[in-house]
Amino acid sequence: MAYFARRLLHSMLVLVGVSLLSFLFLELAPGEFFSDMRLNPQISPQTVAALRSQYGLDQSLPIRYGCWLRSVARGEWGYSFAYNLPVAQLIWARARNTLGLTVVAALLAWFGAIPLGVFAAERRGRWGDRIAAAGSSALLATPGLVLALALLAFAIRSGSFPVGGMVSLDYAGLGAGGKIRDLVAHFSLPVLALVLAALPVFFRHVRAGMLEALALPSIQAARGHGIPRRRILFRYALPAAANPLISLLGLSIATLLSSSLLVEVIMSWPGLGPMLLEAILARDLYLVIGAVMLSTIFLVAGNLMADVLLYWSDPRIRRKTA
Amino acid sequence: MTRKRTPRVVILVLGLMYGAVLFAGFCAPYDPVEQDRDHPFAPPTRFRLMDAEGRFHFRPFVYAWTSRAGIFAEYQADRARPLPLRVFVRGSEYKLLGLLACNRHLFGLDTPGRIALLGTDGYGRDQFSRLLWGGRISLLAGLIAATLSLSIGTLIGVASGYFGGLADDLLMRLAELFLAMPWLYLLFAVRAFLPLRISPSTAFLLLVVVIGTVGWARPARLVRGVVLSAKERTYVLAARGFGGSNLYVVRRHILPQTLGVLLTQGAILVPQYILAEVTLSFLGLGVGEPAPSWGNMLGALQRYQVLSSYWWMLAPGLALIPVFWGYHVLADFLHERLEFGR
Repeated sequence: MAYFARRLLHSMLVLVGVSLLSFLFLELAPGEFFSDMRLNPQISPQTVAALRSQYGLDQSLPIRYGCWLRSVARGEWGYSFAYNLPVAQLIWARARNTLGLTVVAALLAWFGAIPLGVFAAERRGRWGDRIAAAGSSALLATPGLVLALALLAFAIRSGSFPVGGMVSLDYAGLGAGGKIRDLVAHFSLPVLALVLAALPVFFRHVRAGMLEALALPSIQAARGHGIPRRRILFRYALPAAANPLISLLGLSIATLLSSSLLVEVIMSWPGLGPMLLEAILARDLYLVIGAVMLSTIFLVAGNLMADVLLYWSDPRIRRKTA
Repeated sequence: MTRKRTPRVVILVLGLMYGAVLFAGFCAPYDPVEQDRDHPFAPPTRFRLMDAEGRFHFRPFVYAWTSRAGIFAEYQADRARPLPLRVFVRGSEYKLLGLLACNRHLFGLDTPGRIALLGTDGYGRDQFSRLLWGGRISLLAGLIAATLSLSIGTLIGVASGYFGGLADDLLMRLAELFLAMPWLYLLFAVRAFLPLRISPSTAFLLLVVVIGTVGWARPARLVRGVVLSAKERTYVLAARGFGGSNLYVVRRHILPQTLGVLLTQGAILVPQYILAEVTLSFLGLGVGEPAPSWGNMLGALQRYQVLSSYWWMLAPGLALIPVFWGYHVLADFLHERLEFGR
């Protein structure tokens, strides 16, 4: 337990550090949200000054950081200049869509990668393995941006998938079945782009881990005892290969938010990506910091979860840390 | 396990691509910002050997595109006028390698004919010329940013690992912070705090510096690990025992040990940083028009109509694939040969 307490404390420190670093970058920034307003002759300098003091921009950095911390404690995470709403509220509305997209994609990628990797490792060097290896190399060499653009081009040309957004215009009027069908149709394209980007990475790790596991003497012995092939693969070898995969699972949770950013922008998905881009262009600083913080929380939480899972699955780690 | 062979094909492909973009002025038939407003979104020109009457020509020729009256970006080949392909033609002025003023181009047509190997974009600019000039920005940005990252990483990693103590603790905690920040978000955040409207050359410099400095943490940690093990080697202890100064020991005995890790890390970082430049420019946060970069060329595809109708606009994206593939293979090879093969 002391182990987890220490890990948790460490994670909290990382979060504080990242927020401090974000504020430091903010301080270095030339220009701000209200710079454009100052150039507008219809807005008096007094109004701009009043707005700035309302948002606390006329305060020094430590005071602003203190205010922001208090706002975090209240669950607001600062105020967005552009929307005049608490950042937490804005981000939550968008993060739901992003999470829906990425969780589905991550699950599909894992469920595809595990059997593929296991079977490729078993048939090492044979045709199935070679085809899978070539396919994964080709997918790895194709940047997600290009993949997403190509998929989108295909969808527009063929007209078989709805393009852009999460629901159709007449969504509210559809029946339950129609709603589900509409959602699936809108999900399929971005999910496919994300799965194709993640699958080869997962596949390679599963395959490499399984190759090592299958060479273990215990597996040879199990073979000698005539235990069925499937049982050896999934019951004996896969758990032996699990450690690096669990770390990778933690990492894939950690990158849930940032992995879909570009795909969201390209496919006009109403998630965090487009909002973050807008916030950057408008210099909506607290919104940017909020998004960075949320993404960092996921990273820290993903790593923490991987540690917990490893602790649970690997008796060696349990003994070492107990 | 068999040792991997030197990936000659990969080195050749990467060498050709870097050569082509380095000599972009010579290999590209036109200036990248030269517009031809009469031919927006013209499809790629086709080389022909047989003319309309069925006669065979030894010199390949092309037919010029003429617009269909009244329709935007619809063309047909003008079969009455075959335009022979010329090599080493005179054309627009450029600086060879940024030094020598020159006006010869590898291939082209007699003026006023224009050849577009990969079609033209919305302003009628030659997509092939832009691909080469843009590759110069994108590929070089990756190389320079990776060099910067590795240099900062080596400096910090060696200092941290060799001297240890409080500085080591502080630096490694800072590195953890940088690694904890999601990479793309971090890049966006840093970019958010830089001026938005800047000239292409300043943008390029800023971009390279931002991408390069943000990525120092991973190389620094790797180098530190190597240094930690290297400084305990007996020959290092001996060198110090004989009175070798810190600088001498680091330069002579420690740094050579880090070379393998650095090269491998470089082969991993370069494509990552190329992608960073492409991503930022794609979103309009990097190198801006009219200067071409693979990112802002792909940015034109954010309009659905361009994406669906003009496939050749995807060319910069397709050009990324061999680069990425090459660096992946290279990184695998270097990893095995230099880190495990020792």
